[in-house]
Parts: sequence; structure tokens; C-alpha cells
Amino acid sequence: MVTVLFDGIAWGTLLFVLAVGLSVTLGLMNFVNLAHGAFAMLGGYVTVVMLNRFGVPFLLCLPAAALAAGAAGVILERTLYRRLYEGASHLDQVLFSIGLVFMAMALADFIMGSQQQIVHMPAFLRGQVRLMPGVEVGAYRLFLIASCGATALVLHFALVRTRFGSRLRAGVDNARTARGLGIDVERVFALTFAAGSALAGLGGALGVEILGLDPTFPVKYMVFFLIVVAVGGSGTVTGPLLASLVLGVCDAAGKYYLPQTGAFIIYAVMVAVLILKPQGLFGRAAAR
Amino acid sequence: MRMTRYATLATLAAGLALGAGARAQDTVKIGLILPMTGPFASTGKQVEAAVRLYIARNGGTAAGKKIEVILKDDTGVQPETTKRLAQELIVQDKVAILAGFGLTPLARATAPVATEAKVPMIVMAAGTSIITNDSPFILRTSFTLAQSASVIAAWAAKSNIKKVFTIVSDFAPGIDGENSFKSGFAPSGGTIVGELRTPLQNPDFAPFLQRAKDAAPDAVFVFLPSGQGAAFMKQFAERGLAGAGIKLIGPGDVTDDDILNGMGQPAIGTITAHFYSAAHDSKENKAYVEAFEKANAGMRPNFMSVGGYDGMHLIYETLKKTGGKVDGMAFVDAAKGMTWTSPRGPVKIEPDTRDITQNIYIRKVENVGGKLYNVEFDKVEMVKDPGKK
Repeated sequence: MVTVLFDGIAWGTLLFVLAVGLSVTLGLMNFVNLAHGAFAMLGGYVTVVMLNRFGVPFLLCLPAAALAAGAAGVILERTLYRRLYEGASHLDQVLFSIGLVFMAMALADFIMGSQQQIVHMPAFLRGQVRLMPGVEVGAYRLFLIASCGATALVLHFALVRTRFGSRLRAGVDNARTARGLGIDVERVFALTFAAGSALAGLGGALGVEILGLDPTFPVKYMVFFLIVVAVGGSGTVTGPLLASLVLGVCDAAGKYYLPQTGAFIIYAVMVAVLILKPQGLFGRAAAR
Repeated sequence: MRMTRYATLATLAAGLALGAGARAQDTVKIGLILPMTGPFASTGKQVEAAVRLYIARNGGTAAGKKIEVILKDDTGVQPETTKRLAQELIVQDKVAILAGFGLTPLARATAPVATEAKVPMIVMAAGTSIITNDSPFILRTSFTLAQSASVIAAWAAKSNIKKVFTIVSDFAPGIDGENSFKSGFAPSGGTIVGELRTPLQNPDFAPFLQRAKDAAPDAVFVFLPSGQGAAFMKQFAERGLAGAGIKLIGPGDVTDDDILNGMGQPAIGTITAHFYSAAHDSKENKAYVEAFEKANAGMRPNFMSVGGYDGMHLIYETLKKTGGKVDGMAFVDAAKGMTWTSPRGPVKIEPDTRDITQNIYIRKVENVGGKLYNVEFDKVEMVKDPGKK
């Protein structure tokens, strides 16, 4: 029982890091970015190459993966995404970003091949740890919960307590007024987009061990990301965090106790939440 | 006078027939349909490499005919695509033989096309028993899951494994594997303490394995399509199932040679039953593995590759028997009962089912000179597909 709960929380926190970037772009910047998973995939491949081919320690691969995905985010935001901020409909954004997904998948297939990538964790992240008598948990999952939890805290603090956070929120609530007050909204958005992509890259790097990695990654997990954002409500940190945890625990428990129908539980949870709270658990009306 | 006229006409007709036929009959076109991209691309790459290797080693002609292979990628997930590609190959490219077929649903969707067009269809990979019943034009050179699963069931029963938990992928071959394991294991006194079917696209094996662990079986029987084995293996180790004394057994898909070496430590000790291991000890196999690795930048041949290799062998040898003619039923009839020594060992095409009969080996994953291999330690000779009614 405790083990199932623990697995669910680990899966949930991982889902949070993967999806929170999407919640930021979708909720704060009002941009439907289906290519979010592609940044996660990039992070994953960076980790695989560094770890397996160059023998870089796993803990160093994580920031590298985040940096790589963040850099890719900045480049794509400056060259492509920004053209679709104003004046483009959500449909344009969806078509554009899904196109990007297919390109990323083909590119990954071309460069890395279509097989599942396998990473080997350092010894201290392998095997099981005994928390209390009778409760053994995976060392890697414990690490996941710790690192993802820390990420969530930092993120919440950055958004609510820092100057950058308040500029971002101001820019979203009313871009014109924010500009009038001397806030460089463009730059704030670009940085936010980069941060969201970097988080996806980090999530991708952390997820290789649990989710596996192949070129279909962005499509395979897109539904999960979208569910987290839909259930959690976009634009906050607490919303997606709670949503990820609920979904992670429901998914793990569902598969454990009702294996035949387990895979559908998260969809049922999503439908239930959306019927009761169409804006998501912590939703607020779309900013624009 | 009349005689000569008739003779002239006959000669003319014969000449025309020959002229028309000659161009088509100089070459035998083989339409090879495989998943070259997508989640099952490993299968496609292995089979294609083996087909090319066979041609390279045995020459581009058989019975005086030039062999031409036309490769199509069906991406492995859409049965309708495979069927459409087969139709195009027959109608537009005029192929005489269809071959390939990575997964069961793809082969089954194409079977009616083979029947209607009277084109022989060589199944080189897909492994559900029922496939060969779908069309009288189907011949199989891969394997059936029932062969591997029944053998591992018998082995488990006599190896002091009493309680087994089964985990299979929720599609036709998985269910075939589960059923034949159960029917082989239960009558010899074993009990199935739990059975789970995982979705084909499954992000996380953890809850399933936790459940298996909590049931405290002697062994976990697993079937997953090749490619998912690595993730499963890792979780199996991480959950500490091996530490709790639970063995991992199954058909050989989970320890696929293509990815086995990358699985590392967790895979060691896994016991599987299957028809081919790259470590199979025979001179045919040593030559095969060496040539295959040389031609494909060190890629290790897996069980899918040998299905493709033997598929080509069957085509070549049957063409020799029919004098190079491929007219539907006559070709299939000539192929029936064929026997040869493959890299995997002796094989036979059963005349009544058109399915393959072969040795099934019991293997254990071991570290051989720094690399992981399925090392064979026992075998059951000439196993007919037990899944046929």
C-alpha cells in the first residue's frame, strides 16, 4: 500500500516537471505548444549521449539536458514561436507546433535511430532503499521525488516572490499596461519560454530511466502533459503539481488494484474534475 | 498444307506467349513489407539486413531467375497500411511473392490479399499461431509464441517452479503466449497465482511488477514485444524481485539479442525458451553471425533476422524445385515439407499447416567475454506449433 502510494507520488512529481513548462506557456503566455514533449525528448537524448557515450556523471547530465533544451527553446522562440503570439489563432499554433513535433521525431529517428535508449544509473540510484520495516522503495524514485519536489519549490518561489515573476504576471494580465510601465514584455516571455523548455528538458532527462526514450516520445506522452494542464488549471505552479500528484497516484493505484481497467483511470479522473471544475483545480479564466 | 498452317500458328502463339512472358519471367520480384520506422523498426531493420545478406551470400539469381526485392515501410502500427502496400505491390509492381510482416495484426490484414491474388506470402516475423490459417498461400519461417511458451512451461514445471505470475502484452501474441503457458504449466501441477495484461503502449511497469512481487511467486512469466524488454528488466531489478528469489522466465522476446547487451546486469540469469540465439553453437550460425555483423556495422543478428534469412532460403530453394515458376498454389505446394539446416538448427515447413517446425532451446542470459548472450543449455527437438487446433 505504502509502496503503491510512493510509486504514484514519484510518477506524479516526474509528470509535474515534464508538464509544468507547458502549463506556463499555455497558461501564462496563452500559447498552445504541443511541441513541449519534443523539448523533453531533446533533454533525454542529451542525457543518453553524454552518459553512455562520454561517461559524464548522471548528476551533471541533468543541468546539461536542461540547458540544451532551454537553448533550443530560446532559438525556436526567437525565430518561430514569436511570430504566432499576436494575431495567430489557436488553430495556427496547434498546427505549427504539431508540425514541429513530427520534424523533431523524424530528426531523432535519423540521428539516434528508432530503438529504445537505455541508460545505466550510477550505483547509488539503483536498487531499493528500506524506509521502514516492510516498506522498500526504489532509490531512483526517492531521488525523483526529492529533485522534482525541490524544482517545484524553486519554481513557486520564482513566480510568486521575485521581481521577474511579478513582471511576468503583469505582462500576462495586461501586456499593454505592462509595456507602459517599462517592462520589456517580449524579453520576459522569451525567458519564460526558455525556462519552460529547460524544465521539459530536465523532465526528459529524469524520465529516461522510468519512461524509456525513443523518437515517438513527444506523441506518446503528449496526452499526459495535456491532462496535467487541463486538470491542474493553467498558469499556476500549485495547480499542475496537485494535478500531477493526483494523476500519478490514481494511475499507479489503478494499475495495481484494477489492472484490467487501470490505464483508463486517469481519463476518468480528468473527466470527473473537468465536469466539476471546468477551469481545472486551480484554474483561472484565460488571461487574454 | 493445313498442317503447316496450324504449325505456323502454333509457333506464332508460342512465340508471342514466350515474348510476353519472358520479360516478366526473367526476374522474380519479391515485395518485402516491414516496419522500417516507428516503434518496431528494430524488427524491420533486422529482417531487411538478413534478406540482403542472404542475397549477397547466395547470389542474385535462383533457378536462373534474377531476384529483385522491393522494400516497403509500413511503420508497424496500421494494419490497413500493410494491406494497401501489399495491394500496390501486386497490382503496380507485379510482385510474385509477398514477404516480411513484422506483427500479427499486419500479417492478418494482408492474408485476404494473398488469397485473392493467389500470391505466396512468406511471414518472416509475426508469431501468432492463427496466422497460417488465414490464407492457404501463407508460409511461415519465423516461429509461433506457442512453441516458445509451451516449452518454457514444461521446463518450469520440471524445474521445481510451482507458482507463476504471468505478465503479457495485451495483444494477440501476448494472449497466445499466456494461454499456451497456462495450458502447459497447469496440468503438470503448477499454479498460476496471478495474470496481468499490460497495454501495448505502457509507460510504467512499476505497478504491475509490484503486484507480481506481492503475490510472491516462484517465477514471473513475461511476454513483451521486442523493444520493451529493457525497460521491464530494469524495473524488475529495481523492485528487488530477483532479490526476493523470484525468477524471470518467458519466450525469448524479452531478451532479444538486438538489445540484450545494453540491458546490463539486471538481465543476467533470465531464463527463456526460444528458437534462436546469436550464441547458438553451430558452424552455420558462426558463419551467419560473423557475416551479419560484418555487413551491418557490428549489429548483432536477433531472432527476427533469422526468420528473414530462412524466408529467403525457402524462396530460393522452392524456386529451384519449380524451375523458377511462381504460380501461387504450385509454389506453396513445392515449399511444403521442405527441410534444411538454418543458422538456428534444423527446420521443416509442415506440409499440413505451412508453419515452421524447429528446435526450441532453453537459454540463460550470461556474460560471455564481457558481452551478454542467451546461452543455450537445453533443447526440445523439432517442436510443432502447439497452437494449431
